[in-house]
Amino acid sequence: QNAASPIMEELIAFHDHALMIIFLISSLVLYIISLMLTTKLTHTSTMNAQEIEMIWTILPAMILIMIALPSLRILYMTDEFNKPYLTLKAIGHQWYWSYEYSDYEDLAFDSYIMPTYFLEPGEFRLLEVDNRTTLPMEADIRVLISSQDVLHSWAVPSLGVKTDAIPGRLNQAMVASMRPGLY
Amino acid sequence: MLDTQKPPRKKWWTPPFDPRFPNQNQTRNCYQNFLDYQRCVKTMSRRGKNSEPCEYYFRVYTSLCPTSWVQHWNEQIKDGTFAGKI
Repeated sequence: QNAASPIMEELIAFHDHALMIIFLISSLVLYIISLMLTTKLTHTSTMNAQEIEMIWTILPAMILIMIALPSLRILYMTDEFNKPYLTLKAIGHQWYWSYEYSDYEDLAFDSYIMPTYFLEPGEFRLLEVDNRTTLPMEADIRVLISSQDVLHSWAVPSLGVKTDAIPGRLNQAMVASMRPGLY
Repeated sequence: MLDTQKPPRKKWWTPPFDPRFPNQNQTRNCYQNFLDYQRCVKTMSRRGKNSEPCEYYFRVYTSLCPTSWVQHWNEQIKDGTFAGKI
């Protein structure tokens, strides 16, 4: 899905970066294997291979650093201190979510998946719900996720958020969408 | 239902970032504000003062805590079985 929040954009960019490195390494390895298998030359005497060993130690170390630095940057970005505009509580039950907006008035509602036989044409199976959660866009929203019975997980892929809902524990996630839409 | 005290109709806000609880686990944040509210109300009523300053804690814990937790704790307080120190 396309990114709808700044963090998700960063995550997608990082994923592309890491995947490119992976393609590079695996194509290099495959090429070398094909070279090894299609040659008639042999070399069985022991040799001192100091230089090449130096290269193939230093080069992967540099590649790993190139992967680790953006990764850590994004990791700390997800934990940044933001001033939330709104607090939403998402509480998992078997088998529905209940949402509470308690900053001002006590507003709470349950959100069940629409059974397949109730869907209109064009709606997504197993993703449509009867009561949708509405949130303002371009605002940092603090989502507090918990559960009433068993472990659940609350995720919105295009906003880059997935947090576990654990009974007895309140997990905080920050959500900020850049555009209006259905997520 | 929650306490009979409703927050006064003022400007909209949401609990700000609390540096005592910077990480993902906000359970303690919710519980601490609930305890602070109960202690504040108890102390103010003991001194015979108005419990209006305690409203801040009330707003914060109603925003952060799931209502089922709050109801459960309020029942425990009424029954005298609440485990926290108030």
